[in-house]
Amino acid sequence: MTPIIHKAEVKGKQGQNWLYTKEVKEHFFHPKNTFKSVEEEEEFEKNADGIGEVGSPACGDMMRMYIKVKDGIIVACRWKTFGCASAIASTSILSEMVIGKTLDDARKIKPKDIVQKLKGLPQRKIHCSVLGDKALQKAIDNFEKKKR
Amino acid sequence: MKSNKKTIYLDNAATTYTDERVVNAMLPYFGTMYGNPHSLHSYGLDAQKVVDISRESVAHILSCTPQEIIFTSGGTESVNLAIKGVAFSKGSGHIITSKIEHPAVLRTCEFLEKNGFTVTYLNVDKDGIVNPQDVQKAITKNTILISIMYANNEIGTIEPIQDIGNIARKHNILFHTDACQATGSLSLDVSHLNVDLMTLNGSKVYGPKGVGILYTRNGVTLQPLIHGGGQEFTMRSGTENVPAIVGFAKAMEYAHREKKKENKRLIQLRDTFITNVIKTIPKSFLNGHPTERLPNNVNISFLDVEGESVLLYLNEKGIAVSTGSACSSKELEISHVLDAIGLKHDAAHGSIRFTIGRKTTTQDLKYVLTVLTPIIETLRRISPVKVKKSEIRK
Ligand SMILES: Cc1ncc(COP(=O)(O)O)c(C=O)c1O
Repeated sequence: MTPIIHKAEVKGKQGQNWLYTKEVKEHFFHPKNTFKSVEEEEEFEKNADGIGEVGSPACGDMMRMYIKVKDGIIVACRWKTFGCASAIASTSILSEMVIGKTLDDARKIKPKDIVQKLKGLPQRKIHCSVLGDKALQKAIDNFEKKKR
Repeated sequence: MKSNKKTIYLDNAATTYTDERVVNAMLPYFGTMYGNPHSLHSYGLDAQKVVDISRESVAHILSCTPQEIIFTSGGTESVNLAIKGVAFSKGSGHIITSKIEHPAVLRTCEFLEKNGFTVTYLNVDKDGIVNPQDVQKAITKNTILISIMYANNEIGTIEPIQDIGNIARKHNILFHTDACQATGSLSLDVSHLNVDLMTLNGSKVYGPKGVGILYTRNGVTLQPLIHGGGQEFTMRSGTENVPAIVGFAKAMEYAHREKKKENKRLIQLRDTFITNVIKTIPKSFLNGHPTERLPNNVNISFLDVEGESVLLYLNEKGIAVSTGSACSSKELEISHVLDAIGLKHDAAHGSIRFTIGRKTTTQDLKYVLTVLTPIIETLRRISPVKVKKSEIRK
């Protein structure tokens, strides 16, 4: 049997260890579909077809999703998130996932789909991404209520 | 490659690097002088001698006798030995501590509660100070021990332990202080501090990790937690960690010798940094006492952003800090210390602790501010939260 030799060193890697996957890192440091300007934000506040919000800063994470819908398809999405890296990254990647999807398909997005797209999250962080899809569902509800 | 990137370590309350002089002092005790202090041959006697010298050196700094110094494996063990050691030797009774202690103290007290002891966890004021009058009022005829930290590890607040010790002494109750954060910068002279037990930590004073001290006043009876060969006056069995003991004593000597000058330098850096951050970044405020504060501690809350995000953005720029906000399995939790000083969760999530150290310079802190300002702006831009500054307290 070959003995196992533990390598108890991080030499040469100093300062390069990172808590999350490459995908999380990309979306955390370069979040997608955020507001480009105050004007754009005001425009979405006024004209978005649906807005959904979940969470509260008191419990740690809070997310707001804005969608624009055309012929039953999400054509634009913006978001705001208060929370840790995985909360920010999961909302960011979700915003990319929904654009071009029908409302029905968007509704079907589950937390595990978001986690998969991010190539995994630490177990204790998964609750964060659960919120992104709930915010989206609320935004869709909001759109459908307005339509009626 | 990251090699040319600037790195600034501002987490000295978590641990410090080990001083090169300390490392050099330790090296022979890994190499040629590896004897067991218990052995009767020359190897053993050499080791025994250096442990004795180290103990004397520490005793000198504390103004106590060498027999009152017990070397342990760190802050956590010292705290456990102090609190359980007193509790188990008395058998039953009441303990007084505060809500802002380190988990080493809090979890130990909770354990004792499950084993028949009663514990009072005192509130602190908005700056994190324990009121000695509250200690006085909490005393019952069953009180066996008071344990209040010397200085808080998160917000840096220095507690009035001399006054608390005075009260304890008047009532003939043992007093322990967790001085892990105070080891390098505050007075450790037990002839003035009115303490019976004091925990010190090597890893926060440019010494090695995994070594601590429990100062135990002559005449205080403790039930040891670790039984065996009877080392450390039977209070802590097990072959002594000779290199770490040597290193800790050396580290304390240097810290003690350079304390006055270094504290002055740190306080100046600290206060300039606090002023500049609060002036430059809107909706930010200091946690902890403005002056009764460790020379190296800056703890600031930035409203509308979450601490871990700030920490990781800073880390990307080579700056290492810590936060009072942490993800648990259910929700984002805030530190028990920020909770105890009355911050609402909304306001506590954005707290960042910067703890400066021997190598920190004015330039470093200027750089940190130039990096920090846009980070907070960026994160606020994507945040849906807008906390009013008037609504930060419960
Ligand atoms: C106030 C306080 N008490 C106890 C400890 C525990 O020390 P250690 O981790 O060395 O056992 C620490 C260190 O984090 C501390 O800051």
